[in-house]
Amino acid sequence: MQLTLWTYEGPPHIGAMRVATGMKGLHYVLHAPQGDTYADLLFTMIERRDRRPPVTYTTFQARDLGGDTAELFKSSCAAAYERFKPEAMIVGASCTAELIQDDPGGLASTLGLPIPVIALELPAYQKKENWGASETFYRLVRALAKSGTKRAANTCNILGPSALGFRNRDDIVEIKRLLTALGVEVLVTAPMSASPSDLVKLPEAAFNISLYPEVSDGAARFLEKNFDQKFTKTIPIGVGATRKFLAEVAALAGLDATDLIAREQGRLLWYSKSVDSTYLTGKRVFVFGDATHTMAAALMAKNELAFDVVGIGTYSREFAKPVRELAAELGVEALITDDYLDVEAKVAELQPDLVLGTQMERHIAKRLGVPCAVISAPVHVQDFPARFSPHMGFEGANVIFDTWVHPLMMGLEEHLLHMFRDDFEFNETAAPSHLGHQKQETAAPGDVVNATLNWLPDAEAELKKIPFFVRKKARRNTETYAANHGVNHITVETLYDAKAHFSK
Amino acid sequence: MNIISNIKTTGCETAPVLRERGQREVFCGLTSIVWLHRKIQDAFFLVVGSRTCAHLVQSAAGVMIFAEPRFATAIIDERDLAGLADIDDELDRVVNRLLERRPEIKMLFLVGSCPSEVIKLDLKRAASRLNREHLPNVRVLNYSGSGIETTFTQGEDACLASLAEDLPKYTGKANLVIAGSLPDAVEDQFTRYLKEMGIDVSFLPGRRSNAMPAVGPNTVFLMAQPFLGDTARVLKEKGATALQAPFPFGAEGTTLWLKAAATHFGVLDTVFEKITSAPRQRAELALSKFKKSLGGKSIFFFPDSQLELPLARFASRELDMKLVEVGTPYLHTQHMAQELALLPAGTMLSEGQDVDKQLDRCRAARPDITVCGLGLANPLEAEGLTTKWSIELVFSPIHGYEQAGDLAGLFARPIARSERLAV
Repeated sequence: MQLTLWTYEGPPHIGAMRVATGMKGLHYVLHAPQGDTYADLLFTMIERRDRRPPVTYTTFQARDLGGDTAELFKSSCAAAYERFKPEAMIVGASCTAELIQDDPGGLASTLGLPIPVIALELPAYQKKENWGASETFYRLVRALAKSGTKRAANTCNILGPSALGFRNRDDIVEIKRLLTALGVEVLVTAPMSASPSDLVKLPEAAFNISLYPEVSDGAARFLEKNFDQKFTKTIPIGVGATRKFLAEVAALAGLDATDLIAREQGRLLWYSKSVDSTYLTGKRVFVFGDATHTMAAALMAKNELAFDVVGIGTYSREFAKPVRELAAELGVEALITDDYLDVEAKVAELQPDLVLGTQMERHIAKRLGVPCAVISAPVHVQDFPARFSPHMGFEGANVIFDTWVHPLMMGLEEHLLHMFRDDFEFNETAAPSHLGHQKQETAAPGDVVNATLNWLPDAEAELKKIPFFVRKKARRNTETYAANHGVNHITVETLYDAKAHFSK
Repeated sequence: MNIISNIKTTGCETAPVLRERGQREVFCGLTSIVWLHRKIQDAFFLVVGSRTCAHLVQSAAGVMIFAEPRFATAIIDERDLAGLADIDDELDRVVNRLLERRPEIKMLFLVGSCPSEVIKLDLKRAASRLNREHLPNVRVLNYSGSGIETTFTQGEDACLASLAEDLPKYTGKANLVIAGSLPDAVEDQFTRYLKEMGIDVSFLPGRRSNAMPAVGPNTVFLMAQPFLGDTARVLKEKGATALQAPFPFGAEGTTLWLKAAATHFGVLDTVFEKITSAPRQRAELALSKFKKSLGGKSIFFFPDSQLELPLARFASRELDMKLVEVGTPYLHTQHMAQELALLPAGTMLSEGQDVDKQLDRCRAARPDITVCGLGLANPLEAEGLTTKWSIELVFSPIHGYEQAGDLAGLFARPIARSERLAV
């Protein structure tokens, strides 16, 4: 039993819904109690979908449990087929239906429907949403993909984008644009926008692009093993990774990406080089999210914005190994957890200048008074902006530069604040101009290390001369230093001793 | 008291009801935690359930939660199910961790879910075990918010019923308890009117664990919400008497509801009129403005919160709207008797749901506004139908005189938006 305030992932059948809702012509019949239909609003509200997810729920109640829930499943399944006439169907159980063991797959097969019906086993008490999406996609591909005539070497499929995926909608547009520019033809994009009959054709492509391994890894490996389709390993997030990705695709397709890479620049590299970005150098960032976005963001933060990555972590336990390897490379420890409280404790401990995380870390960062930018699912209505806003490819790198830099103090503004810190408008009650006029948080958890420490008036006055946006850190460092050195009364000397101690 | 004596009851008491049993697009009772935890300020709600339960409460709460929530889920995992871990020990461990972290919590609800019901986890026993350990610092109660037993607002009913079981015995002279969680501002308004009439009033739930009302044979209670069947039963078992009235929505509903209390306590008509006339006239004025835009418009209610019948009565009688279909997840004919009497004859009533068939009826009728859950609203908008998402009717202050205009505004705004959008 696990105490959970917030969850990063839903149960596995939500993953199956993300696959089904992304696709066309597929229907999902879910054996589930009344109430599980809440999941529809994730798609209609967060993603603003204009139609209901293609899901029929049996919505059984207590009175049905005494009767025949199996019969209820069969009649729901038959009615769903009659009404929606899908090309294929997936059937399965949510957590409660798993306990009553009605065997949806077996029941559906007795109906003799004239379409492929694929049974899903998604153990709700062991597994979670991304695993459910991956398993569902794998089962669909396994059931439907048929050998066909192989097309030319420059043909591929894009695997992984799904409904409710973080920026998937726009990532695909940007990646397809780059592939077209390179001379690569995309046959099928799946699960998003594919129909079951499209999945049949998957083996015709020369190779696969695995864009979101959390969803696509299982299917990509299956297709490699059974249909001899190699798949890409690089995730094109960041300028460096996008270049590497294009080179990898070019090698698989027998093409040359040199011209395209030289031609496509994006703005990130120049923006990071421009003098204004000096202030970004060495900002301490903590990165947390799904494995794919965390690893990509950590590398980008280090190599493309000159940040210090002080910690990384993921809730994707299935991908803990590569995250640990990257953490070792970066010289930090990886936090592998789906416990929101652990992540909060880590952020409080590290006190980074910027958190790159999920909507959960946005909550944490807000509580701790740390700037935050969102890089990964779980998604929120804000993660589906009206404008084109990919995170992948060169345009994605542009978007990321803006997204990460916005919550930080603008460079010139930081200098001005330093120069005019006694000015009536540049005091701690004045928020950065680009963030509106809300008052700065004056105290946050972790502010005071030791309440028994006594700040002498001179030291307190000296502390006030330090610009407010680093004052909290100066106070904390001084108190840590004092506590570690047995100093009870903090003087101006202690303040500067601590500064010398902590400066690198 | 013209307003009361002039009421014509055309009546739906004996009207046929379409009862459907198909896919129900409704929340389960766990969802009510979203407002209950804001109402009882030192209570914590611990769902004992699955990852689905945690995901549901979190999704329903969505962006509404800015502070650290006073709800969480103890997620049952395969070790608990396989008997590898002692599920009672596990629950105690989770509760202890929680109470250590939140020492300000004085009341803890263990909330049962579909999986905990199916595996027959005895939360009542768990609560009494935990009470032995934690009383008097923390009182532990339990109820079920499971989808197999409750829809949406029935979760509040189950919660309040568990609270009602536990209320102290009242032995004083006649008192009034208002049952059903209301926003604080609305409670304060009702308290003001009733105090002025000389009626001693308290509310269930109270705002804090130590501010729950006492109930005994001299207690009468009025329900502020239409979904409190079990709560009413428990209050009656404790000797309290129910006052029958329509629910306090709109000028008329609020007047009839307050009047039921006034009559019971022998308040003179002149006194009642003096206290209620000014706010009632304000409400009527506010509604008269909305009547222009809403009068004659057709409205379709999908089943959601059990507020549908009282709201339909309000829309029909005070806004002159035309009722196409009034769906409710559950029709409690006894509690709804007065509402049914006020509905226009021939109103199409439906109980339960077969969502696809109901959507077919809605599309065929093309109402001017459709009141439905969040899972249906955007898809219907995309089909050109104007919608009002019903959950807002549960979260917003809509009871009483001063909120009558706001309630009408909730229906008027989507229509105004459809009319204003020019491209």
